This record gives sequence, C-alpha cells and structure tokens, in this order.
Amino acid sequence: MHKVVVSDKESAVSVDLTKCQSILSKYNQATPADLIPILQQMQDTYGYLPKDAIEEITTRTLIPLSKIYGVITFYSQFSLIPRGKHTIKVCTGTACHIKGAPDIKKKITEILHINEGKTTNDYKFTYEPVACLGTCFLAPIMMIDKRYYGKLTTEKTETILKSY
Amino acid sequence: MKRLKNIEELIKFRKSIETEHSPDMIRIFICTTGCRALGAEEVYNAFKSEIKKQSLENKVEVVDTGCQGLCARAPVLTIEPMGIFYGRATETDVPEIISQTILKGEIIERLCYTEAGKRIPYIKDIPFYGKQKKIVLRNCGNINPKSINEYILREGYAAISKVLTGMTPDEVINEIKNSGLRGRGGAGFPTGNKWEFVRKADGDIKYIICNGDEGDPGAFMDRAVLEGDPHSVIEGMLVGAYAIGSRKGIIYVRAEYPIAVEHLKIAIEQARNLGLLGENILGTNFSFDLDIKMGAGAFVCGEETALIASIEGKRGMPRPRPPFPATSGLWGKPTNINNVETFANVPVVILRGSEFFKSIGTQTSKGTKIFALAGNVKNTGLVEVPMGTTLREIVFDIGGGVPGRKKFKAAQMGGPSGGCVPAQHLDLQIDYETVKEVGAIMGSGGLIVMDDSTSMVEIARYFMEFCQDESCGKCVPCRIGTKRMLDILTRITKGEGKKEDISLLKELAEVTKMASLCGLGQTAANPVLSTIRYYINEYEELIDKKHAQADIQQTPAT
Repeated sequence: MHKVVVSDKESAVSVDLTKCQSILSKYNQATPADLIPILQQMQDTYGYLPKDAIEEITTRTLIPLSKIYGVITFYSQFSLIPRGKHTIKVCTGTACHIKGAPDIKKKITEILHINEGKTTNDYKFTYEPVACLGTCFLAPIMMIDKRYYGKLTTEKTETILKSY
Repeated sequence: MKRLKNIEELIKFRKSIETEHSPDMIRIFICTTGCRALGAEEVYNAFKSEIKKQSLENKVEVVDTGCQGLCARAPVLTIEPMGIFYGRATETDVPEIISQTILKGEIIERLCYTEAGKRIPYIKDIPFYGKQKKIVLRNCGNINPKSINEYILREGYAAISKVLTGMTPDEVINEIKNSGLRGRGGAGFPTGNKWEFVRKADGDIKYIICNGDEGDPGAFMDRAVLEGDPHSVIEGMLVGAYAIGSRKGIIYVRAEYPIAVEHLKIAIEQARNLGLLGENILGTNFSFDLDIKMGAGAFVCGEETALIASIEGKRGMPRPRPPFPATSGLWGKPTNINNVETFANVPVVILRGSEFFKSIGTQTSKGTKIFALAGNVKNTGLVEVPMGTTLREIVFDIGGGVPGRKKFKAAQMGGPSGGCVPAQHLDLQIDYETVKEVGAIMGSGGLIVMDDSTSMVEIARYFMEFCQDESCGKCVPCRIGTKRMLDILTRITKGEGKKEDISLLKELAEVTKMASLCGLGQTAANPVLSTIRYYINEYEELIDKKHAQADIQQTPAT
C-alpha cells in the first residue's frame, strides 16, 4: 500500500471551496466515521483532493490534519494531485492476467506515453491498474470512468482510447 | 408503497402481487449487470421500444435482471415460459426475436448455445445449468433486483416473518448451527457459533456487518448476489440481527462495484418504505436499520478488524485478535461479521429448514458454494454447486473444458490466499477440508482455470506482487516477507534465479505464514508453496536454464 505523496502542484491555483463547503454542510456534527465518505465526495467533486479542501475539512470537523492525510495516503481511491478528465482502470486480476492484461497495459503506455498511476500532460487521462473489477468473464477488461470495455485486444484498446 | 403493519399485511401484499402477475405473460429476462459491459442495456432498451412499437405491452414484458450465470455468452437473455436461452444478442436482433421467437415460437439458431457443434435452444438441456443447484442464486437472473415486489413474490421476507412470529433468538441460532452453514468468505467458521458468541457477549449495543469487500482477484460471486438479489442479503442480515440482538447493521461494499451499491441503495429504501427495515418491523418489537459504507480501495479491508477500522474512518489496518470482534468490534461493541453469500443462505435455511440444508453437501461442509469460473475455460461465469462436487464436474461438465487445443493444467482456487490444484486432483470432491489438503483454500470461491501455456512460477510471482502491494505494512513479517519473496520470484522469472532460491522461498514462506498479524500475510505464501509442491520442475528449469543460457553466451567470448 505504498503511495507516493506529492505536494499539491495546483495549490497556487485557487480552488472553488463552495462545493467543498456544501458537502461539509451535510455533516454538521461530523464524527471520525464520516471522514471517508466526505473524502469520497470531495474526490468525486474535484477529481482529486485539493489542499485547501483538506484544510477546510479539518477546520470544520476538527479531525486532525495528520489523521486525514493518514487516511488519504492509505486508500488507493484517493489522490492528492489533479487527475485526468477520464480515469482508465485496467484490470490486473488473475483471469485478466492470464488472458493478456500485461499486453493491454503495455499498449496503453505506448499510446498515452505515461506509466501506471500517472496522468497525461493534457489532463485527459489518468491511467491506473486495479486489482480486480469482478468481471473476469470479460477478461481482459478495462473501465473508463463508469463504462466497461471487455474482451480487449491491443487493437481494440487503441480504437477505444482514440474515441475519447 | 404503504408500510406493512403486521405479518398478515405482508401475506396480503404478496397475494396482491401474485394477482397482478399474469401467468400468461411472456417474459424476457435480460441480464443488465455483468452483461452491461457488452451492451445489455442497449438490448434491454431495444426490447422496450419494440414491444411498445408493436403494442405488445399486454402480452410481452422485458425484465432487467442480475447475473444469469453463463457470462461467456454475454449479453444473455432467457424467455419464459418457453425456457429459451439466447446469448450474444445485439440490438439489431431484437425485432427478429420478437417477430420470430415471441410471436411465432420459432428458434433463432445463431443465438443459441452450442456444444460440440450442436445448437441447444432450451435452458433445461444446457449442461452448464444441469449440474448446478441454485440456493443462494435462487433469484439471481430471475427477478428484477430493483423491485422489492418481485422478491416478495418469491417468498421474500417470509423467513424474517417466520422468525418474528414463532422463533426465539436461541431457536434461530440453533437452527443455523444445526444446518451446518459455514462462513462463505473463505475461512469456513460455523455461522451459528459466531452468532452465539455475539448473542452471549455483554453489551446493549451490538452491530451486524455484511462483508462485501470482495477483493480477491478472480472472485465475483458477492458482486453478483448484491447486484442480482440484494434483498436476500438484507433479509439474511435481519434474521442475524434478530438472533444476536442487534438494531444496527452496515453493509461494506467495494468502491469498484457501482452497480451493487446502486441496487443496494434502492433495496434498502424500498424495505424501509414497507416497514421491513426501521422501527417495529412488521408491527413487532424488533427494530433494525442498515447503512451502506463504501470501501476506498484496499484489499486488506476484507480482513474483519481492518474492515472495522475502515468503517470507523481510520486507515484500514488489522489489529491483533483477541479480543475478537464478537466481544469488541465496531466502536468497541460486540460485532458480528458475515460474508454476502453467507447471509444470502440464511433465509433458505430458515424457510426450508436446517434438515433440508444439511441434506446437501459433504460430511463437514453443508449446502452449496458459488464459484466464479474464469480464465482458460469455455463457459466462464457464475456457478453454484453442492459442496462435494468434483473439480472435474465444474471445469469440464459445467465449464465445458479448456477452449482450443490446449490442455487443462491447474485450477487456481482461493485467490492470493489459495493455491493451484493440478490435474491429478481433478476428481477431488470440493469442500473446505479437501481443498486445504491439496494446498489451496476454498476462499471466497474464485476458480481460475489455467491451460498448459501458463507458467506456474509467473502465477506465483503475480500473486506475490499483489500481496506485497496490498500489504498494509503494519507488521514486519508480512511487509518484508512478501517483498523478499517477490524479489526472489521476479529474479527467477527473469532467468536470474539461483539454486538456493527454492529453499530460501520455502523458509521465508514458513516464517511469513507463522508470524504475520492477519490473514493477508498468513496466507500470502500459499500460491508459492502450492506451485513449488506441484511444479518444482518449472522452478528448477527456469533456474537451470539461466546457467545453460550463460554457458552458451560465454562460449563465443572465449
């Protein structure tokens, strides 16, 4: 569960905190158990967790900043740096692995010129591998945002990526 | 929907649904969950508009369902009452299905399932379904999971009615104990005993948690149950809550399962509206409500103490046991955690009785087990069989064997905590104990078939990479042990292995197994040990080949 923590490159850019405040307003008496749901909604709203928003969480909920960062860096769902418009999740589960997921991963790196866990320079795509999407019968498979693409070949992968 | 004030009202409500449910209607059931990835929703919508276009609303109905099992043919649909099965249907097939099959009763051959070149149009004749016994998946693929009415129609919430009207909590626990139901999450702990511990634990507040953090790569049975029949899990939790004395439940679901979360939310809302969740359920003194918690992407959260930490809003790291969650779990209160499939079994045990349940299975393992059949097998999909079914029956009779000219090599069972079962054990009758004896585990039920082109050392490396990545890092044996084993396995697969690597791997495996804090570390070495046990020649070959290659390379240089 090692994750590289990178400082918020975009911190100079102002973040619209009204969205963050409207999420927090639903949690007037937030308990520690609300932290993960709050972070999930923030991530959904901003696409990542901006530094200013995290500070707002600590101000409003009194959960220490160290605890919040501890949680953010533990779970693979959370990101401290801006992410691409679309998230490509390539399944690396067992069935996908033996049915050619490594080739699909290589192809994506070739097309997007980025490695796993990275975002393209134009912030169009964030590319990350995922343990299993639970759709092994469609192996190899990837998900772009909430859409599944099954029975991939390298050619099919290229066509799909180009359609975005 | 009106709140049901008592059990009589539920029975009356069921009768009224029955009356509305015309038996003359032709129903097209189409899976829009797993099959969604291959255009099932488009097919569903095409049926809707075609039915409207031809004004057939009084004659034909299209029902969007959960998984129907034969995922290899996705998108799949069945037509009742004829019992026709079609696979790989597209939008363009829809008008023809309506005009030919529905209106004229003619079979469209190209959409039929084929076996050995023969087309099989009827479900009852398809071998994939023939050997299965559907208990947990009783409704999956036969009902619209977004409709509580369809669940109620099929004896839904009858188990909780039975419990609330005529059984004491101890009687419920005894019934579950007598049934022999064991935890389907993998460890196989007797469910009734677990419930008894929590019931007997001190404390006014008790929690019941459903573990839906199905993280094993290659397992998708919990996803299918949550998507295809969420009410059966809710009802199982209700029975459990009544038995242990809990008023509050939580379903913890992986974030990677958006359809499961969506269907659960709908199901909980509907159950609340009918008064099947909330205060004074069906007019009794029993009150219980449920929340959904979404995981945030951490495999270790499938471990019960890590899962609890995650619900509490912390880093999902396990802690030493005892104290067990049964005495000190969520927020320090007695907590009962069962897996999705375990809960889905409960209403059946209650309704049909423990004797019925006990009659299925082997001496030590009762009931059925769902397997997620995937990998190099013809009929990938979801399979439910009685405990004691042989691996050969699952892989060949149900799964249709290995496609192409390749041969069966091994079945990987139990994911990263399990092992590879080789061809010599194909006639093994699968239950919790036998699988363990051959070096794998039942686990949650992932079953990945591998053909003779699969390198077993690479598979061991693959699983170790997974465990190493998912190790939370809290305890040293797991954090360092998985890393060192991965280093060695990577070296071997790169052709840089050393002679002593195999014994070193075995030693590391033993230590990691013995000294790790939780199940993740304790079982991380299983794939390595099982592949060394059966395929040591592949390890040796890779290690020796390196020497051979080095010799050849050295020759021209001298």
